[in-house]
Amino acid sequence: MKLADIATLIRSKNAGPFFLTFDIMFTDKEHYRLVKASRSLNAHMFAALYACPVQTVRFFECDNAFAFKFSIPRPLPQGELGDGDLHGGQQFSPLMNVEITLPEGESILQRC
Amino acid sequence: MVELRQCYERQKGNSTMDEIRYIAGTLVGAGVDIGSLDEALKENPHFIACDAGTTDAGPFSLGSGQPAFAREAVKRDIAAFLDAGHRAGIPVLIGSAGTAGEDGQVDWTLDIVNEIVREMGIKLRVAVIYAEQDKDALVEVFRQGRLKPLDAAPHVDEDTIKGSAHIVGMMGAEPLQKALAEEVDFILAGRCSDSALYAALPILHGFPEGLAWHAGKVVECGTLACETAGKGIMFVHLRQDHFLVKPFGQGLRCTPQSVAAHSLYENVDPFHFTENSGIVDITEATYEAVDPITVRVANSHFQPVDPYTVKLEGAELLGYQSVIIGGIRDPFLLRQLDRWLAHVRMYIEETIARVLGDQAAKEDDYHLMFHVYGRDGVMGSLEPNRAAVPKEVGIVLEVTATTQQLATTIAKLSRQPLLHYPIAEWHGATTTFACLYNPAYIERGAVYRFNLHHVIIPHSPLELFRTKYIRIG
Repeated sequence: MKLADIATLIRSKNAGPFFLTFDIMFTDKEHYRLVKASRSLNAHMFAALYACPVQTVRFFECDNAFAFKFSIPRPLPQGELGDGDLHGGQQFSPLMNVEITLPEGESILQRC
Repeated sequence: MVELRQCYERQKGNSTMDEIRYIAGTLVGAGVDIGSLDEALKENPHFIACDAGTTDAGPFSLGSGQPAFAREAVKRDIAAFLDAGHRAGIPVLIGSAGTAGEDGQVDWTLDIVNEIVREMGIKLRVAVIYAEQDKDALVEVFRQGRLKPLDAAPHVDEDTIKGSAHIVGMMGAEPLQKALAEEVDFILAGRCSDSALYAALPILHGFPEGLAWHAGKVVECGTLACETAGKGIMFVHLRQDHFLVKPFGQGLRCTPQSVAAHSLYENVDPFHFTENSGIVDITEATYEAVDPITVRVANSHFQPVDPYTVKLEGAELLGYQSVIIGGIRDPFLLRQLDRWLAHVRMYIEETIARVLGDQAAKEDDYHLMFHVYGRDGVMGSLEPNRAAVPKEVGIVLEVTATTQQLATTIAKLSRQPLLHYPIAEWHGATTTFACLYNPAYIERGAVYRFNLHHVIIPHSPLELFRTKYIRIG
């Protein structure tokens, strides 16, 4: 199943003018737990998806918030010549198609 | 700052407070909800604070000095806060005045405050705290090795500092606390940590720093910490071992998840926040529902860091821009778009050399760029699917040059090559580019870039900030 089928919000945003941050959020604690258990989200997969060095990718699992987070340095600072997304808000869409492989014996009800 | 706290406590007499309460606005100029503000005043807050700035708007406000919000909107919100503060007899704090918090924007806001006070017919004791940095003094700091780069910082040398349009330092809680100890009614601060606006008075009263800063972090974007953001304001009860946060506003609610999740918003690290004086660590923080709209937060920690640092923000002029917007729909052209654009660029550059000669001969005189929407206009180098041939693309030809006149001249010289540069598939005259506008170019004016992502190690938390005490009315 794809991440966009189960996450309640996938978003990106500037974290200051020099960093981009990506949040993947759930309202259902069980969905969050299953995605976490699947280990489908990690720094290596993100680095491959966005073609950036894995050592620049920071990955966080936020149990209280039922959320995952990635942060990377911006390829270009906010507003620099060539930057096409001043607020960094439209960088998340490749994450939507990430395949989540659930642990054996686990299943999830998809959103309609 | 220990002396300041002791002095403040002596001045106040009875220093033990079980609880400190405050109202947090969302953003000056975004439209404060006055009904919610009035409701919140009934809970007897000790102060009201709201920030008026952001770097999120981009480098233009800092570079040009122009505020990103309409004067009328800023006036309406500050008037509402001053009126509420006046009625309740409590101080009001506004930070990052005028968007970037540079001196001209602080004065622009002060002018609005003067107007409000005149119209309201009240008297106001005001502390104005300036945050703009003198470039010569900064060069000296740079030579002393007290300017340090943060992660992903651009290269900086003395010329970077001297060539900046404006540089501001982000003040921490201390300059605000000094002004609060002077018992002013209103603090108008230049560039300022948002959380510091909310943490300054609680820390001055001896409340735990971890809770004070964390509460400030939660409410700094107003109702964004609610399950669904909306019209309203946030209210905090800060106590010795926890804080309560709740919204005032129709249908708004804070839930343990919404408050915990807000720590992700626009932050690189959702568990650690760097302030001038140290690191707020919320790794072990707990969130618990008190009622359907109120959350109790505990176990937030603060780790002081030595040396104390002040973050700098700077902007410099990149040049002046003119742009041409249009599109391409021809599938023959789209399948060789990169090659075609490279040819068009070469043709334009030859034309510029032929027509303008010495006027645009140096490498820095102008810069041509194509933004290709429908391919990688949004994601640039992060685009994973750049190879697909789109049905149509939108193209922005962007010319950046040393003067507006040069940028526009080059845009004019670019139109013909864009319109008629041939491809091999068609024989005879073709028109290759659909212009959106007539005239085809748009003048964008001056453009700026952020040129600093650095901190200064100051001799004291107050060194870089200048406070002026005035009475209005």
